[in-house]
Amino acid sequence: MIVLLAVVGGVTAGLVLQPTVPLDLQPYLPIAVVAALDALFGGVRAWLEQIFNDKVFVVSFIGNVLVASLIVYLGDKLGVGGELSTGIVVVLGIRIFSNAAAIRRHLFRA
Amino acid sequence: MSADPQQGRPGDAWRRIARAVRSRPGRSQVAVAALCGLLAFALVTQAHSNAGTGGLTSARSDDLLTILADLSGRADRLRSQVSALQSTESRLQGGSAGTAAALTEARARAQTLAILTGTVAARGPGVVLTVTDSRGSVRADELVDAIEELRDAGAEAMQLSGVRVVASTAVVDAPGGGVRVDGTLVHAPYRLVVIGDPKTLASALAIPGGVVDTITGLPGAGAIVTTSPSVTVSALRALTTPRYARPAPTNSP
Repeated sequence: MIVLLAVVGGVTAGLVLQPTVPLDLQPYLPIAVVAALDALFGGVRAWLEQIFNDKVFVVSFIGNVLVASLIVYLGDKLGVGGELSTGIVVVLGIRIFSNAAAIRRHLFRA
Repeated sequence: MSADPQQGRPGDAWRRIARAVRSRPGRSQVAVAALCGLLAFALVTQAHSNAGTGGLTSARSDDLLTILADLSGRADRLRSQVSALQSTESRLQGGSAGTAAALTEARARAQTLAILTGTVAARGPGVVLTVTDSRGSVRADELVDAIEELRDAGAEAMQLSGVRVVASTAVVDAPGGGVRVDGTLVHAPYRLVVIGDPKTLASALAIPGGVVDTITGLPGAGAIVTTSPSVTVSALRALTTPRYARPAPTNSP
């Protein structure tokens, strides 16, 4: 319940405030969002499998975001930022898809 | 990933979701909720900033370089097109200006030639020579002398008693009095209208022993010269197309 409220509050805040992304954060924000989505889907799957632990979720969420940002940062320094960003998005996308498939199996048995 | 689901029925999962949504939030859910809210906020912000700038600000530098190279190549092509079109335009404008100038010159030439050949009326400063002759003593000789004298003095257009006088005009005595000018019979008084410098024309006629002296010396004849700032030579002459003569290539004067 409180999670739904927080999501609605976050969307509303983003729409109302319309903040501009700081220039330093611009390469990292999209990757961080994708990484957080991956953590979120993993958390939902764990919850459905009744092995959800909020401490694990928080750590994996933050860790995912930090690692993704670090990889992008390193890629930028090495001159392969674009390729590494694409790679991260591909890997995280595959994980999101497999998590979503597991969630679907739990909810619909299909 | 490949672990088998633990529940036997999908209905269990839905029931758990409904229970969780209805349940009082525990202390441990607050951190999860905060992270989810943060994620939603970042998602909306990123989507919005991406939509606002057409994706250019979030593009990477090498992508931007590719876009820039594309655009500058296109700009170069467009610039070369612009210069080609501009040169075409200036060529066309120069051509039309040359055509207009040639047309104006040709019109001026045609007007000059029309006045010389007597196909249009002419107006300008000049003199009117009136020759009276009560006894038929003025012959064609005297009139031809007068015409020649006026031509020498720079006459540009002439008419004699309503007949245009041009280069080919002939004046001959007619039997039984009067003269024929280009075949038209005219009688005294003869009226010669001349366009030219009035002072020069009048003094050419009035020189001692000249035209006026000769005519007034004839019995019963008189000559009156009137200068005027504006006389009109209105008699016209039909243009005859040469049957044999054709223009030969020459350098224009």
